Amino acid sequence: MATTAKLEEYWRRNLNITAILLGVWFVVTFVVAFFARDLSFNFFGWPFSFWVGAQGSLVVYILIIWFYARYMNNMDIEYGVEEEEEA
Amino acid sequence: MSAVPQSQKAFTAQLKKVYGFYTGGFVLFVVLLAIVEQMGLPRATMGYVFLVATILLYAGIGILSRTNDAAEYYVAGRRVPAMFNGMATGSDWMSAASFIGMAGTLYLAGYNGLAFIMGWTGGYVLVALLLAPYLRKFGQFTIPDFLGARYGGHIPRLIGILIAILVSFVYVVAQIFGVGLITTRLTGVDFQVGVFLGLAGILVCSFLGGMRAVTWTQVAQYIILIIAYMIPVVWLSVKQTGVPLPQLVYGQQLQKVTALEQKLIDDPKEKEVRQIFRDRAAAATEALKDPAKAFTEGKARLEKDLTDLRAANADPARIKAAEEALGRWPKDQAAATAQWNRDRGAAGRANPPSRHGEAFPGKDDAARDVARRNFIALVFCLMVGTAALPHILMRYYTTPSVKEARNSVTWSLFFIFLLYFTAPALAVMVKYVMYSDVVGLSYASLPAWVQAWTKVDPSLLAITDVNRDGIVQLAEIVIGGDIVVLATPEIAGLPYVISGLVAAGGLAAALSTADGLLLTIANALSHDLYYKMMDPNAPTSRRVLISKILLLVVAVLAAYVASLRVADILFLVSAAFSLAAAGFFPALVLGVFWKRTTGIAASIGMLAGVGVTFWYMIATHPWLREVFFGTPRSAPQDLWWGIQPISAGVFGVPLGFALIILISLVTRAPSQETQDLVQNVRYPNLKAA
Repeated sequence: MATTAKLEEYWRRNLNITAILLGVWFVVTFVVAFFARDLSFNFFGWPFSFWVGAQGSLVVYILIIWFYARYMNNMDIEYGVEEEEEA
Repeated sequence: MSAVPQSQKAFTAQLKKVYGFYTGGFVLFVVLLAIVEQMGLPRATMGYVFLVATILLYAGIGILSRTNDAAEYYVAGRRVPAMFNGMATGSDWMSAASFIGMAGTLYLAGYNGLAFIMGWTGGYVLVALLLAPYLRKFGQFTIPDFLGARYGGHIPRLIGILIAILVSFVYVVAQIFGVGLITTRLTGVDFQVGVFLGLAGILVCSFLGGMRAVTWTQVAQYIILIIAYMIPVVWLSVKQTGVPLPQLVYGQQLQKVTALEQKLIDDPKEKEVRQIFRDRAAAATEALKDPAKAFTEGKARLEKDLTDLRAANADPARIKAAEEALGRWPKDQAAATAQWNRDRGAAGRANPPSRHGEAFPGKDDAARDVARRNFIALVFCLMVGTAALPHILMRYYTTPSVKEARNSVTWSLFFIFLLYFTAPALAVMVKYVMYSDVVGLSYASLPAWVQAWTKVDPSLLAITDVNRDGIVQLAEIVIGGDIVVLATPEIAGLPYVISGLVAAGGLAAALSTADGLLLTIANALSHDLYYKMMDPNAPTSRRVLISKILLLVVAVLAAYVASLRVADILFLVSAAFSLAAAGFFPALVLGVFWKRTTGIAASIGMLAGVGVTFWYMIATHPWLREVFFGTPRSAPQDLWWGIQPISAGVFGVPLGFALIILISLVTRAPSQETQDLVQNVRYPNLKAA
């Protein structure tokens, strides 16, 4: 049974992981875009900033979402707030 | 898809089987058509077969999924498995603009076009982290539902309804426009007829079965659109690089394109053509200062040349040239003015080609700074807008659980990613064909696909020998972005059946998005406005019936607006993102993450956010400015920090956040009941409560 303190901890950890992942998202998107002209060294044939915009950032976005879903689904069980599986 | 209750697991297994057979059947259908084509099926018939077969297919799914049950009609019974909801979201999300327009934008804009790739995928990070799981836990039917419950009273709900309708209607008009264009291309019918044919395809599905039918149709449409997009690109990649994975190897093509660009920038013949455009534009600007005088003087000069040459008994070739020059002079002053306006408008063709891989090209540091600022602003608006479009957020109400909602966002982005990381590869490969295979050819030996497309639609591809040397220069080519996707099958040398397939894919993309949008509008009106605000005692059957009638009315209205061929339709699509971002995002996110957010604050924040965004657009966009204030299009734009009107949301979103936070702090805290609701939304299953 989840206690109030436990629930607060759950929410705090959720906020932390959300903030960290949003930080990654921000760096990949906006920081790389801001310095795009300086980051145009050759990366397997692409200018690096072009490759990040066209592929790298998208892969990171998927990883962020996948990781968050896994992390939270596990945390639900850890804190006893998971949903009952439907038969 | 039966109504008999069955376990979620068995249901998922059955779905996989059904869609497995479906995909196999579709591939078989295309193969059969390819064989029939070899036996001599005419192209127009092929177009009709694709159009009729796919629309009948969608209609069939719609009829099989018909329902009058509210939970089925509004949220597909809340049992759509994560992967299938991901596919449905993918096709709901990817519109005609993604399918046909995206690669073209990348072709024309190079690095700067990547704003759309990043913006339209990165937004899902915001959806996954900030909204989807919480909305699923809230578990109602629409986005205004959430606003109404969280912020209390009818006003936040009503504002939500208005924003949802504004955003979705703008967007759906653009989709139906796209449907009309593709139908016309596929079958050759009139544009207006095409619009209403497409409308029929949209309605059979959403009208009969609401969200349930739309979901299962969208899954089917996703499969068609992804197959249609991949085949020609993979084939083109095999032809160019020998590797069937274009996404991994187009870096080398980009290097070749970059080398060709440098050659074209320095080429003397290219410079000659660009100089001709520069001279023409300068002459036209001069002539337009006094068109009447320029017209008579110009004509008199040419006539005098001719008489002089004749009097001097000059070389017949020179006399003939002078006669031709006089013959080309416009008939009257109106024609001359039109010609000069065109010449002045074509001044951009005097610029050398921009480098595809270069970020923020510009003539100096100031111009590059403005380009960078606009790029970042656009990415921001598209991302936040993605996380605020009601037809997308609504999809996460349909999963069986919060856990599935989280997983479902991963699937959504994965299915969208497949197309989005292919589009930049396609753009580069087509550019390579243009630069290496078309430029430098003689006009007599143009490839068949070039000749065909210049005839079909000169706005997509037009080539004129400007400097009369008989050789194609890049500066002589005018290209419309849409051709990149539409002509790829022919460029890659594939049979016509693949061209038909690509058109069917574009149609699937436009129809699926239109379905989701129409449903959003109809639900906002029937569920939120009628049921929740006007008649809370209305029986389910009447609510669903009213929703269906509204759907019909809105669809016909949208088709009517689309058939008017409103200008700047693509601008309107992007505008929808800015408006949604400024309207919904702050109120939704703060509603979940900050219990102190009050209803008054949210209402004012939403209105102010949309208000400032809308105002900035109509005050600065040349076309809207003309519509609303009658300002001539050529008047200078009064931009804030050089931000283009398409990204107006960068002003609306922060304003919305700031106002909601400040006003919340000075108004009375929300009731315990509301705070409990927020608490409840934050945990998938609050067993302690």
